[in-house]
Amino acid sequence: MSELKSGSNLEKVLKAGHFAFTGECGPPKGANVEHLKEKLSHLVGKVDAVNMTDNQTAVVRMSSWAGSILMMEQGLEPNFQMVCRDRNRLAMMSDILGAYALGVRNMLCLSGDHQSFGNHPDAKNVHDIDSMQLITMVKKMRDEGKFLNDEDIDVAPKMFIGAAANPFADPYEYRPYRLANKIAAGADFIQTQCIFNMEKFRDFMKKVVDMGLHERCYILAGVTPMKNAGMANFMSKYVPGMDIPESLIKRLKGVDKKDQAEEGIKFALEQIQEFKEMKGVAGVHLMAIEWEHKVPEIAERAGVLPRPKV
Amino acid sequence: MIVADRKSLQEILAMVADKKKILILGCKGCVTVCNVGGLKEVEILAASMKIARKKEGNDIDIDIQVLERQCDTEYVAGIRDVVGNYEAAVSLACGVGPQFLSEMYKDQTFYPGVNTTFFGGAVQHGIWEERCAGCGSCAIHNFGGLCPIARCAKSLMNGPCGGSSKGVCEVNKDTLCIWDAIVKKKMESGRLDDLIGVKPIKSWKTARDGGPRRSIREELVQGNI
Ligand code: SF4
Ligand code: SF4
Repeated sequence: MSELKSGSNLEKVLKAGHFAFTGECGPPKGANVEHLKEKLSHLVGKVDAVNMTDNQTAVVRMSSWAGSILMMEQGLEPNFQMVCRDRNRLAMMSDILGAYALGVRNMLCLSGDHQSFGNHPDAKNVHDIDSMQLITMVKKMRDEGKFLNDEDIDVAPKMFIGAAANPFADPYEYRPYRLANKIAAGADFIQTQCIFNMEKFRDFMKKVVDMGLHERCYILAGVTPMKNAGMANFMSKYVPGMDIPESLIKRLKGVDKKDQAEEGIKFALEQIQEFKEMKGVAGVHLMAIEWEHKVPEIAERAGVLPRPKV
Repeated sequence: MIVADRKSLQEILAMVADKKKILILGCKGCVTVCNVGGLKEVEILAASMKIARKKEGNDIDIDIQVLERQCDTEYVAGIRDVVGNYEAAVSLACGVGPQFLSEMYKDQTFYPGVNTTFFGGAVQHGIWEERCAGCGSCAIHNFGGLCPIARCAKSLMNGPCGGSSKGVCEVNKDTLCIWDAIVKKKMESGRLDDLIGVKPIKSWKTARDGGPRRSIREELVQGNI
């Protein structure tokens, strides 16, 4: 990893060996720019980059590239998310070019939740290419300066390429190999699914380190602070691919309702502390869902401030 | 085979609500095998329609026929002499049947009596499952003989996605995650190496995406065979 691939802030932070700290924000369900700006304002100076989600959970929102541009106007660096559910290869390549032309330098390649989860279950799902192939496509555009059809690109988009990994999905034994495939495909960094089952994650990371994957790619551990026991229950039941141990739900239920948010944050802070020391973990991806205003406090208490200037 | 589900009696009745004399056409092909459009089902539909219309005080005259195959002009031609005797016809064949009929008999209206769903087979008595999406370039040997195009809800070539849990697909708890099955099969047979590396981007040109398809067998066209 000698030369910079994209020159993004996130890339520089990771390359300089700092413990990265990224945030996440969903675009509005509408064109409410003020609301988006309000949410983003809490993150300024507290994180290295912010994921702008792409119709997450298959619910229609403002496009992730437009959200990314609005984010840049706020002085934040976007991590532009792209799912394979809604666009074919033509739309994907043109959106990548458009986003890059407007200044986007990081992107995250995802399959996307199935549309049956969202608010337009009657939609056709595209899946022209899958998330693994999307990584190879973005890499080809960047490194070879070519479209999928091998035609030259007139000014190639230089993206820092991200991918997701869910260590808690099945078959568990295969997950490190799938991660290895994503890295071989060209992922420069990985953001994991929200981690709640620490025991399982430790085991997963041990396998990842044994395979040497952490040396070929930066792995950011996904953290979501629980607002209350109800949220933990809901996620465990309805969000695909979540592994929420009974012990965590118990711990949240064990305190007074008004103190559950603080207990959730405490658990997140303990996690971050452990990730800082965990071999193979290069940073944390904090997904404080509709809780952006809590990010400054969490970042402060986690001891990740000030963010490095690189 | 091609699998289909019968449309509801109400829907079929509504299609021919203003007709007094109709023909119901079954097919001895796939729809007979999947118990939706063979002789038995044609008889049941005709009887149910007659009863329903009688109740309304609006009797309907229904004749039935079951063709050898509705996807074959030779058999479709067999109703040439009678097809004009009806105000409408209902076909219980897959979507191919009413089209072959409509193409041959331009003055008659053929209503689809079934919803054609997929290419598949019966996994147990009364339960059919999808197996193939007719993508036009079969590669199931790369996936342990299991098709991710038709059977993964996201048609992933490099699965399983992050929603796979305990062998079940994120979309529906009654749907197997085919990628879980593919991976397990490879692991159990010590062929995990087959899944290392990225499966290349697929060309959908041979699938429906390339436009309606045609299959030409020159030797047959020329009558040599
Ligand atoms: S790969 Fe294509 S042709 Fe083969 S079973 Fe799957 S959908 Fe059908
Ligand atoms: S859970 Fe399995 S079958 Fe369902 S979409 Fe994901 S990989 Fe495909």
